[in-house]
Amino acid sequence: MTLLTVRDLTVDFAGGVRAVDGLDLDLAAGAVLGVVGESGSGKSVTSLAVMGLLPDARVTGEVRFDGRRLTGLDGRSLRRLRGDRIAMIFQDPLSCLNPYYPVGFQIAEAYRAHRRAGRREGHRVAVRMLDRVGIPEPERRARAYPHEFSGGMRQRVMIAMALCLEPDLLIADEPTTALDVTVQAQILELLRELREMSGTAVMLITHDMGVVAGLADEVVVMYGGRAVERGPVREVFYRPRDTYTKGLLACVPRVDGPLPDRLPTLSAREVTA
Amino acid sequence: MNAPLLQARDLVKRFPVRHGLTRRLAGQVRAVDGVSVRVDAGETLGLVGESGCGKSTVARLLTRLIEPTSGTVSVSGRELTTLDGRLMRPVRRDLQMIFQDPYSSLNPRHTVRQILTAPYRYQGLTPDEPVEELLERVGLRPEHAARYPHEFSGGQAQRIGIARALALRPRLVVCDEPVSALDVSVQAQILNLLKDLQQEYGLAYVFIAHDLGAVRQISTRVAVMYLGTVVETADRDTLYGRAAHPYTHALLSAVPLPDPDAERARERIVLRGDLPSPLAPPSGCPFRTRCPRAADRCAAERPLLRTIASGHEVACHYPEGRT
Ligand SMILES: Nc1ncnc2c1ncn2[C@@H]1O[C@H](COP(=O)(O)OP(=O)(O)O)[C@@H](O)[C@H]1O
Ligand SMILES: Nc1ncnc2c1ncn2[C@@H]1O[C@H](COP(=O)(O)OP(=O)(O)O)[C@@H](O)[C@H]1O
Ligand code: SF4
Ligand SMILES: [Mg+2]
Ligand SMILES: [Mg+2]
Repeated sequence: MTLLTVRDLTVDFAGGVRAVDGLDLDLAAGAVLGVVGESGSGKSVTSLAVMGLLPDARVTGEVRFDGRRLTGLDGRSLRRLRGDRIAMIFQDPLSCLNPYYPVGFQIAEAYRAHRRAGRREGHRVAVRMLDRVGIPEPERRARAYPHEFSGGMRQRVMIAMALCLEPDLLIADEPTTALDVTVQAQILELLRELREMSGTAVMLITHDMGVVAGLADEVVVMYGGRAVERGPVREVFYRPRDTYTKGLLACVPRVDGPLPDRLPTLSAREVTA
Repeated sequence: MNAPLLQARDLVKRFPVRHGLTRRLAGQVRAVDGVSVRVDAGETLGLVGESGCGKSTVARLLTRLIEPTSGTVSVSGRELTTLDGRLMRPVRRDLQMIFQDPYSSLNPRHTVRQILTAPYRYQGLTPDEPVEELLERVGLRPEHAARYPHEFSGGQAQRIGIARALALRPRLVVCDEPVSALDVSVQAQILNLLKDLQQEYGLAYVFIAHDLGAVRQISTRVAVMYLGTVVETADRDTLYGRAAHPYTHALLSAVPLPDPDAERARERIVLRGDLPSPLAPPSGCPFRTRCPRAADRCAAERPLLRTIASGHEVACHYPEGRT
């Protein structure tokens, strides 16, 4: 069943910047869609447009979520969907956490904003979620403040907050980009486990081909606000058709396999679409 | 035998850490805790490790931008710590540096021409190569000389940083995360450029990165750092094919492969927990709090770097593949 459909999405900013240009996306319930591309290709703007979080841009096209049209929906209904059925995590968790409140309290409030629940139940949910995302001593850590957590632990807190309402869709925009590689591996492992357990669909935005290879079912490769290639993950990686996708895959320096003397490079001129 | 181009012995750097309004001394960060490395003419030593492990501090110690707490650095057999300003100047010429953020390392109010001739002015020399030729060597155009740094993309700005480092024809360039801020396609171009220039000028590099793929692409030898120490050194193929230190293994297994079948089938070592604070490193082996192989001895006794095969050194009591 299709959970999210995006048709002909176009986003224009003042000054004539077209950040997204006629984009189509399809995400099935419970599946992982990898959205991959280099910086400036329009990945983050796409996710913000889906969430209805671009008040200053001209957004056209259609976004449908679970059969409902999101584009043109009033602010109040959109807010009700966000957090409850669609949740989001970003590269920098600190920008979304309030430094003055304990993390457990913030998770509890996020839960209570959408569910009829008292403080005590909110707290119980927060501790259970912190435990589920692998925070040791969750009861004690729930009372700690964001700055008392390392980067990796903070991203776990964000994931706990995002998933406390059991959303149907999680939009993860570069969730591991700021993390060291061993901590990134922990968070990717966590996302893999949560996905198997919860059935939440994920729109995984990243510039890292390796991250997509490990998690995505379907892949969309973006360049200049457009999808230059899309398909099942194995198709896109093993039989890419687009020159840009081919170049992007070939120019990643790898830790395994044959070592080329020079890396193949790609220039903007090689982009077909 | 000739002395190595660069030799660092037992480098230690501690930074004081202050707290609160009174700036009371709260302790010391052991940023670099006994690092020895050598670099021979024309080779590339890769220095890899996660953030905070001391890579940039090592870079600044090697180029003498900062003074070590203890330890020595020699260039072609001459110890830098004993040289005064006058004698230091020709050695500085031989050692140049490239930084991660090309914009913040280039003066925004200077044209590219001013930036590229500054090293000569500082050395009291006249340029032996026109700026236009230098620009072409790094893949830029002669007319770029009149422009300012902000007019360039990240990759182009990094090319200017490279041109500046090469202006004085150094023998060694210390590159501190030169491609980390760049998109993969631009990163590939810069890695190729660094390789070409190495051939052309017979340069040696210390190439610092946290990206193990980029380090493999350019290095002849690799040193892996953890919490201020070097835990393993080997030639590139040995390190990527037969790593012996458990941390090197964990690092390599954590890099996501851009290959769905391989990535999903592989056995992953997922380390527990976070990096310990360099304010209070663990007793014994610095890696023991996260090491899957840790035993009692690891807490009691710090493993020293020892040679386990020709050119392959490991600081571990129980290295992999040797039980
Ligand atoms: N608020 C904004 N105003 C104007 N242009 C913007 C704004 N946000 C993003 N852009 C532009 O839109 C393009 C796509 O940006 P983004 O979606 O952030 O890229 P990505 O996430 O793929 O790196 C870029 O050219 C960027 O400069
Ligand atoms: N000037 C300084 N004052 C205090 N601590 C420092 C200073 N420079 C670096 N450090 C600390 O030393 C350690 C190593 O830092 P650095 O060499 O920058 O690591 P890397 O480049 O590997 O990320 C870190 O814990 C860092 O916070
Ligand atoms: S010495 Fe012990 S703790 Fe350290 S890396 Fe080796 S096995 Fe692990
Ligand atoms: Mg983005
Ligand atoms: Mg650094």
